[in-house]
Amino acid sequence: MNTIYILWLRQLKRYFRSKSRIIGSLGQPLLFLVALGFGFGPVFQKAGGGNYIDFLVPGVISMGIIFTALFSGIEIIWDRQFGFLKETLVAPTSRLEIMIGRTLGGATVASLQGIIILVLSFLVGFRLDNMMLLPLALVFIFLIALLFTALGTAIASVLEDMQGFQLIMNFLVMPLFFLSGALFPLEGLPPFLEVIARADPLSYGVDGLRGALANNAHFGLGPDFLILSVITVVFLLIGSYLFSKIQI
Amino acid sequence: MIDVKNLTKKFKDFIAVDSISFSVKEGEIFAFLGPNGAGKSTTIKMLTTLLRPTSGDILINGHDPTKEQNEARCSFGIVFQDPSLDDELTAFENMEFHGILYEVPKEIRSKRIEQLLKFVELWDRKDDFVKNFSGGMKRRLEVARGLIHHPKILFLDEPTLGLDPQTRNHIWTYIKGLNQEEKMTVFFTTHYMEEAEKVASRIAIIDHGKIIAVGTPEELRQKTNTHSLEEAFLALTGTTIRAEQAGNIDNLRRMRRVH
Repeated sequence: MNTIYILWLRQLKRYFRSKSRIIGSLGQPLLFLVALGFGFGPVFQKAGGGNYIDFLVPGVISMGIIFTALFSGIEIIWDRQFGFLKETLVAPTSRLEIMIGRTLGGATVASLQGIIILVLSFLVGFRLDNMMLLPLALVFIFLIALLFTALGTAIASVLEDMQGFQLIMNFLVMPLFFLSGALFPLEGLPPFLEVIARADPLSYGVDGLRGALANNAHFGLGPDFLILSVITVVFLLIGSYLFSKIQI
Repeated sequence: MIDVKNLTKKFKDFIAVDSISFSVKEGEIFAFLGPNGAGKSTTIKMLTTLLRPTSGDILINGHDPTKEQNEARCSFGIVFQDPSLDDELTAFENMEFHGILYEVPKEIRSKRIEQLLKFVELWDRKDDFVKNFSGGMKRRLEVARGLIHHPKILFLDEPTLGLDPQTRNHIWTYIKGLNQEEKMTVFFTTHYMEEAEKVASRIAIIDHGKIIAVGTPEELRQKTNTHSLEEAFLALTGTTIRAEQAGNIDNLRRMRRVH
């Protein structure tokens, strides 16, 4: 238990100490929010989609979360290269505990990032549909964060160095984000895109968040929660397995 | 305490450790010497569960590190050759992290952290970030950290690299104290031959992945008909300089140059 706590605490300390990282990773979501939100707003409204900012905010929050979460997972590569990973791996605690502590830490950090974006989105005119559903939104924020930190951990357990990082950004993170329905509604899509969007775990995260924040869920809050939870558990298992196989 | 039989590690077609066997008794201070790239660190990684052997058997305090990893890990502590501190944490936080990870009870933990940080003269810098430390300070902190929990076996991979003679002497006095009071078994590597000669009760010399000599410093000198361990070492391993594979930090440096 203590192991999990100290590893969680370490992630948090590292997060709060690198102010540039916090601010840096807010830039992109905010740009999306302002440029796309105000840019596409009128068209979206004309097409009968309603307020685009309300639609977009859950997507942009998800964006902030997945980038921070994946990066937290991938930090294992830095720890490996700077040697700190060895220190944790030879300690007499199970690798499962180490993985859980790290992942919870990363997920907490990513959730905070998501919450900051939510707060900032009020500045561009976003309003909650139902205050009572805010706790549910936080649950979705944390689930998305957990899922993608576990994914980052899994990837980092297999990669030896940061060389493959760009590959992952371009062929995994970007498609996951753009094809998730974060930016566009899932109604009336061409069939191939609909299939892809349904296979993208982030779709359920974005949709659940949208349901809780803007009362506009495509799949429904129940299915979103269920599917997202199952995928998160699967990713946690894969991440733990790969992490337990790390050799130095 | 440590039993190794026919231990082998192959990386693709390169044999880093070639069927070595040795044993270390409880309470012994055992030096593991060899030129760069001889297989010292690879052996230590296999003994400490970080790397799986290609073949051969290891027993650490009666446990097989490939099967009973947790039991084996409970038996030892290690100071690594290359840095393994978290630069973004303070000296104190690094110590605390280690103490909690090794489940040292709170009162003992705070007492030992204070004692050890004072011992390596970093107590007044305890709240500074490790990234602001010099190489020697990091090394001292690393050694201090390895001593927070008192393991049955202590692995030291070039613990005194880059430290001045005063600090080296200071640290060895402490480790010898632990060895005598707690019967702690010490397994270490070093390039300082006079250090090995002074503290080790037995020495193994490894070269090209094979153990070429084992014995007390006295025995090694007699065997090679030389007057010091350094001469004995050179007589056994020759005088050519060895090529070495790039380590983690070298890789990082290379990456920085590429990008």
